[in-house]
Amino acid sequence: MYRSQELCVTGQRLSDTNTYSPRSEGKVTDFRIIGKPVPRHDARDKVLGLARYAEDFSLPGMLFAKVMRSQYASAKIESIDTSIAEKLPGVKAVLTARDVPKNETVAQFGRSSTERGFESIYRVLADRKVHYIGEPVALVAADTEETAERAVNLIKVKYESLPAVFDPLLAMEAGAPQVEDGRSNIITHFEVVKGNIDEGFSEADVIVENTYQVPFVDHAYMETECGVAWVDDDGVITLRVSTQVIDHFRSVADILGLPHNQVRIIAPYVGGGFGGKEDITVESFIALLAYKTRKPVKLVYSREESILCHSKRHPYILEYKVGAKRDGRLTALKVRLVSDAGAYAYLSPWVLLYSTGAATGPYRIPHVRVDGYTVLTNNIYTSANRGFGAPQVCFAYESQMDELAASLNMDPCEIRMINYLSQGESLAFGQILKTHVALPETTKRAYEALGKKVPSQGGMRRGRGIASGMTSYGRMLFLHDTSRSHVSIEMDGSVTIRAGIQDIGGGQASSLCQIAAEILGVPLKDVKIYIGDTALTPLSGMTTATRQLCMSGNATLMAAKEVRKTLLKKAGELMREDPETLDLVDREVIANEDPEKRLDIVDVVRACAAEGLPLYHLALYKAPSRDLTQIERIEGDIFADFTYGSHAVEVAVDLETGKVTVLKVIACYDVGKAINPQSVEGQMEGGAIYGLGYALTEEVIIQEGVIKTPSLSEYLVPTSLDIPKVQTILLESGDGTGPFGAKGVGEPSVNSIAPAISNAVYDAVGIRIRGLPLTLEKVMRAIGEKESPHPGSKTNIATSDSVGRNQARQNLLKGQAKDSSDLERR
Amino acid sequence: MKEKKTYSLEFMVNGEREKVEIRPGETLLYVLRERLGHTEVKEGCGKVDCGACAVLLDGRVVNACLTLALQANKKKVVTVRGIGTPERPHPLQESFIKHGAIQCGFCTPGMIVTAKALLDENRRPTREEVRRAISGNLCRCTGYKKTVDAILSVAEKKESV
Repeated sequence: MYRSQELCVTGQRLSDTNTYSPRSEGKVTDFRIIGKPVPRHDARDKVLGLARYAEDFSLPGMLFAKVMRSQYASAKIESIDTSIAEKLPGVKAVLTARDVPKNETVAQFGRSSTERGFESIYRVLADRKVHYIGEPVALVAADTEETAERAVNLIKVKYESLPAVFDPLLAMEAGAPQVEDGRSNIITHFEVVKGNIDEGFSEADVIVENTYQVPFVDHAYMETECGVAWVDDDGVITLRVSTQVIDHFRSVADILGLPHNQVRIIAPYVGGGFGGKEDITVESFIALLAYKTRKPVKLVYSREESILCHSKRHPYILEYKVGAKRDGRLTALKVRLVSDAGAYAYLSPWVLLYSTGAATGPYRIPHVRVDGYTVLTNNIYTSANRGFGAPQVCFAYESQMDELAASLNMDPCEIRMINYLSQGESLAFGQILKTHVALPETTKRAYEALGKKVPSQGGMRRGRGIASGMTSYGRMLFLHDTSRSHVSIEMDGSVTIRAGIQDIGGGQASSLCQIAAEILGVPLKDVKIYIGDTALTPLSGMTTATRQLCMSGNATLMAAKEVRKTLLKKAGELMREDPETLDLVDREVIANEDPEKRLDIVDVVRACAAEGLPLYHLALYKAPSRDLTQIERIEGDIFADFTYGSHAVEVAVDLETGKVTVLKVIACYDVGKAINPQSVEGQMEGGAIYGLGYALTEEVIIQEGVIKTPSLSEYLVPTSLDIPKVQTILLESGDGTGPFGAKGVGEPSVNSIAPAISNAVYDAVGIRIRGLPLTLEKVMRAIGEKESPHPGSKTNIATSDSVGRNQARQNLLKGQAKDSSDLERR
Repeated sequence: MKEKKTYSLEFMVNGEREKVEIRPGETLLYVLRERLGHTEVKEGCGKVDCGACAVLLDGRVVNACLTLALQANKKKVVTVRGIGTPERPHPLQESFIKHGAIQCGFCTPGMIVTAKALLDENRRPTREEVRRAISGNLCRCTGYKKTVDAILSVAEKKESV
């Protein structure tokens, strides 16, 4: 049965689907606020210029901080002399690793007892050794920014250069320079094993084998990392900081050697996150300086500092070998993934776990072997970035599906349809897909919406591509995720939510307001939400992993329902009606049977208050959980649920310049239930363009550990002139784990756009580029090679780019060391 | 010989007369944000790549991050707070809300300032002209579609007035 129902196609709303009634059990009534494209409560402040971000906050006597950073990729610190810097008038503190009460901590995630294999060192300041260019070495606080900057330049550090390694494949070799003393460069290995891989390939009529590469990527949120810290009453270290994770208050307390209840973190509205504000950024620096000086301290990264020093999306080398029968059915898949973790592990093992699990894509494959490795190098560290390891493998598996289609002379949509997993089937590692798998619909709808094909003209070749994928939302099951939300109703009938969420622009806070307004029958404007404060809002967990709507939405729904129950019970007594037959609508209690019978919500609230009944509820939502059975081999249920979707695109490739222009993007996703369709569209449109940058222009170019794209002049994010027509199609299966059956879309919306574009380029000009981004140079070179192919060149290697690189690597491995510039990415 | 260290800057910001003593190298962005408390003017890059700091200087859009404050002497500066107020929001601001053209909101002040300048000059721009006008204002969240829609919808209304 066709289970998903269409909610809307951008611009033309077709139908609303109500799969669940919040207000009267067993009776479906219309939602008033859920599912409506209502304006967000924070929009007004944002358009009027009234919203105050972390850097817009100052306190009397505030100092300014600067970070002194390593200019070496690998070196021993012989000595640090801060004496001249300290004497500079206006300088209030200069700190090095020795001054940090606990300079090294092991990052903790979740509440699982089974997280061995995921440990990652967080080192506040380099001690004895630096591991990458940009690693923090010393901190300064001074009365002006200029003085702080001058002081940084007066700190004398004596380094002794050490051997470094920048290529993850070389870093895996025996005898490679060790990035972290006493630790193997290979941080983690994960595997997925199903069936017998050799048997699978022997059954295959066709085998496609290729190596793909994806680059370092910056989050490039418009607001750089920033925050202010001060010592508040009772000595509480308080931080107002741009972050996705206020829960870092625990780590900050550990670093300062203080009890956890002596550090408070407040997250105001955040100017973009995309995973880059998931790890600690400025928190420990400003906390240490405020603690030391007892004065407020502000730190705002410049754009250059942000690009040079915060985490990046992992580059991967993805070796894919897939086999299929003549009719298109997949028989076997063998994958080897190597991700560059940079100099510190951070979330690399977690990202790799996602990638390894997602490496098969949403396909039915009888025989599978996936090996994933994440490796330390002396590059900038890598960590979470929207999609968390999913878009990397999606680029590879969706390119492979297209290549398979081409070699079998099949339609790219058809070969996918044949192989998509269905509800009830399981992924290669054994996780059963328990909810609706909408991929056949999303593929069909997305591709059809491209409309009539426009023929190519002259040197502009048109092509079309499709790509699909699945992305998990919610944290992994062994992390035992929880969220808390507190809902109360005031004496005038207005409603207050307190939830320790971070709103990074996705409408995280606003959706909670909609949920409370719906359940308590008040207009949206009567709901006020307080967010992001570890001292005053119940902890709701991080805004990461596309978890917030699902987790805090469910917690808010639970809390609001409890308050509703109290109100309706009392109203039932007052109205002499069965509470089950009452509803809350527009600040009134109404009897379903007799709409003339009404009672003002304020009268009910007063009656409850007079009796001392609780007009609030603190709810704890616990996600389903399951511990890992073992660490290295991925088995069974790991992920909470998945969001399925497809991108169809049309491109024009200029044969003269190699420029790829994306003309149209159709994004079709099963969103479960759109709590706010306008916000969901916003995620899908924004996600498509975020992924378009990944496909075409974005690459943090790093040579010998030096970032060559240090500003937004070199690191090119899409502008309004680079965007195609984007159409979004929202399907609602009502099958998600979030409130009212909602699924998460924030990260999934990025997933499959890059391979869709790459597939469209193949359709247009018959070239296959296996390394992102698809720059003009790569396209021109590939067109040139296609016209005059090298005799004997193997089809399984991407572009001459990666041929050169692979060759250089081989030479190096053989000991025929060449100049290291051979290893350069460009 | 004593060098003159500060200069007197007199200008109008959102209709209010301001007089501040500044050092010659101070940027308009610095003076607006740090000396006058106009935190609605954002710094996204500090070198004219992103447009988050866009303000109107005598009606023309400038990026305040690379405009010397002294260039604003005796001139009128308008920030997003001068375009509309909580009591009287500008139609552009209403339209951004209605179209959901806001996510994290960090680029929004610069975006609205740029859009205002466009509509002041060109009452009925095409979609292409809107895209071109805001091409110096980076937004990482929205993908620009709703932003362009929001601006166009005001432009069309303006024509019918």
